[in-house]
Formats: sequence, structure tokens, C-alpha cells
Amino acid sequence: MAYKTIELEILRYRPEEDETPWFQLFRVPCEEDWVVLDAVNYVKDHLDSSLSYRWSCHMAVCGSCGMMIDGEPRLSCKTFVRDLPDRRIRIEPLANFPIERDLVVVLDDFMEKLQRVKPYIIRQEERAIEEGEHLQTPPQLAKFRQYTLCINCCCCYSACPQYALIPEFIGPAALALAHRYNLDSRDQGREDREDVVASNVGIWDCAFADACSQVCPKHVDPAGAIQQMKISSTLHWYLDHLGLGRKKR
Amino acid sequence: MTTKPYVKPYVREVPRTTWYLARRRDRIHMAQELTSLFIGIYALLLLCALRAVADGPEAYQVFVASLGSPLMRGLLWITLAVTLFHTVSWFQVTPKAMPVQIGEDFLPAAIIVGGHYAVWIVLSLFILFLAGVLHG
Repeated sequence: MAYKTIELEILRYRPEEDETPWFQLFRVPCEEDWVVLDAVNYVKDHLDSSLSYRWSCHMAVCGSCGMMIDGEPRLSCKTFVRDLPDRRIRIEPLANFPIERDLVVVLDDFMEKLQRVKPYIIRQEERAIEEGEHLQTPPQLAKFRQYTLCINCCCCYSACPQYALIPEFIGPAALALAHRYNLDSRDQGREDREDVVASNVGIWDCAFADACSQVCPKHVDPAGAIQQMKISSTLHWYLDHLGLGRKKR
Repeated sequence: MTTKPYVKPYVREVPRTTWYLARRRDRIHMAQELTSLFIGIYALLLLCALRAVADGPEAYQVFVASLGSPLMRGLLWITLAVTLFHTVSWFQVTPKAMPVQIGEDFLPAAIIVGGHYAVWIVLSLFILFLAGVLHG
């Protein structure tokens, strides 16, 4: 017995036959414990197998099922149907990205930007294996742990007004990840990331609308990360120009 | 060169002048952006005040008198209102920009926000004291 029947308005775009996207309406018998992804899966399994969308883990870990749900970027596996106000739910591909097919978007731009911020540990002084691990204390871990929770779902890019208007903007998730490595006590790559992070398309393109942090399903707070980088970047600039900075750690 | 699996990605255009109307969050952000013009105007006014002070007591009196016109009074009231709006909205987000770590924990946001309000009140009282307002 279905908990209630809902209507899904899903944006369809099939590049081989559609000039522009269009909405298709599906009636879905829904259970009380269903998330939006369950309803979309019902459409795929029972109503229209041609519907394309990304999903994998169904537990807010893989970051692939981000969609615009009633106009907000959300993980469809974490959004319960019962928490949405209407029986009719509008589902669109993540905003600010080109649509590849139906609910699948092209993420090449994000992938390229992610690489540009060098999101990995960079060492200026290599350490011999026999010297052992790079030890880290719990407070040193706590400093950046929050930013390691990003699952690259790109909901933040869909919410960001700056990214919508200035596509060159490096964007919230990539900058938050740069901050994560800058804060890591094992990392020595801040200077290597600075050219991109502190460029015109980096942190200074952020107008602190805070939309990214408000929609982040993992509570990463990319907006906070970017503001912290604005402060540290400014501080380092002054220290460098006063001859007090460390050019390379 | 990798061949892309899609044939015709569709780009949704963002309406350049009306994008912020759809969501409350974006409308508030735009209100912050637009009202910052008044903060800029007030900063210029302060520079004019400094210039008038440097030019001597008479110039300063002329400057103060010019603030009494209905136009300037209106501008100052609007500036006061938007300054309060900016102050409150900025204080709310200060824990994000300036987190204070103590060991493995972070200072609760309410303490950082409250600290800003406390400093704001103390400084305001000090300035009112210097200006002679608190003497009666």
C-alpha cells in the first residue's frame, strides 16, 4: 500500500532528438520512507527506462545523485519525499552545468578546476622512509577535518551565484579543498597553490553569498574556507612584501 | 584526445539581470551588495569631514551645517539603517571567517558573535563619551 502518490516533474533532454529540455510528468506511488532518489528509481524501473541520471551509493557518500529538487541543489538520496511540502516535485539537473542528458550534467569544468588547486599533499622537503610517518596530533587534524568531508557532489557550484555569472570562478568545493591541504600540518604546498587560489578567479571572485555552505549536504562550509583563505592570503602577501614571509616552507 | 560521450550539451542561460529574484537567499545577498553603495558614500563623507577638520573650525562648521539639509538627513538615516543591516549580517558570519580553535574543539559560534556585539557596544559607548553625548 503506497503512502501517497506523488507527481514528479522531471526535466528531460535527449541530445539526439531534443532541441531544448522539456518537463515530463510521472505519477509515482511512494512509500513513507522514500527519498527522492527512490521515486526517480521507480520511474526508471517501472515507467520510463530511458531516463538518465547518476547515482551509486544511496547513502550520501558517493556524491553522484545531486539534482535540483524544487529549485534547490540537493542530494536526491538524502532528501525525503515526506519532508517536501508539495505532492508535485520538480526535478532538474544541477544548475550552472551544461546538461549532458536528462539529469546528467557535464562536470568537466569542475574536474579541471579541482586539478588546478593541487588537492594533494605537496612536500618541499622529502623525508626518507626510514624516518617514519608524518605524525599529526588530534588538534592538527581537527583544524582541517571538516573540509575532508566534501564528496564533490557539486551542489555548492549549483547554488553559487558567482559561478553562475562568472564561469571562470574556481568555485567553492575546489577552493575548500585547497584550504584543506593548506591547513594540513603535513603539507608544504601553500605557495604552489597560491597562484590559482589568490588569483582573480580564485578566492577574490567570491562575494560571500554563503549559498554554497547553506546547501552543502555534508556541512563542509566552503564559504567559511574561502573567507579564511582571504584573510591568510592577505596576511601572507603583507608578510612577503615586508620581507618577513617564508617564500618556501 | 578523449572523445566525449555526449553529442550536444545544453547550456541553460542565467538571466543576467534577474537571476536573484527567484530565491530569498539570493535576494538577501543582492540587498547586501546594493546597499554597500551607501557604506561607500558614507566613507567618502567621512573623508570630507576629515578634510573639513583639517581646514579649520569654520570649514568644519560649514560642513556640519551642510549635513542638516533634508537630503543629507535622509541619506544619513538610510546609511544608518543599512549599516545596522550590514553589521548584524556580518557579525552572524564571523565564526565562519574567524574560527577560534582550542585544542580539538572550536569556540562556539555564539561566543564569537556575542564578543563582536560586546566590542561594538563598548566602542560605541566610548565614542559617544568622547563626543560628549553621555555627559548629558
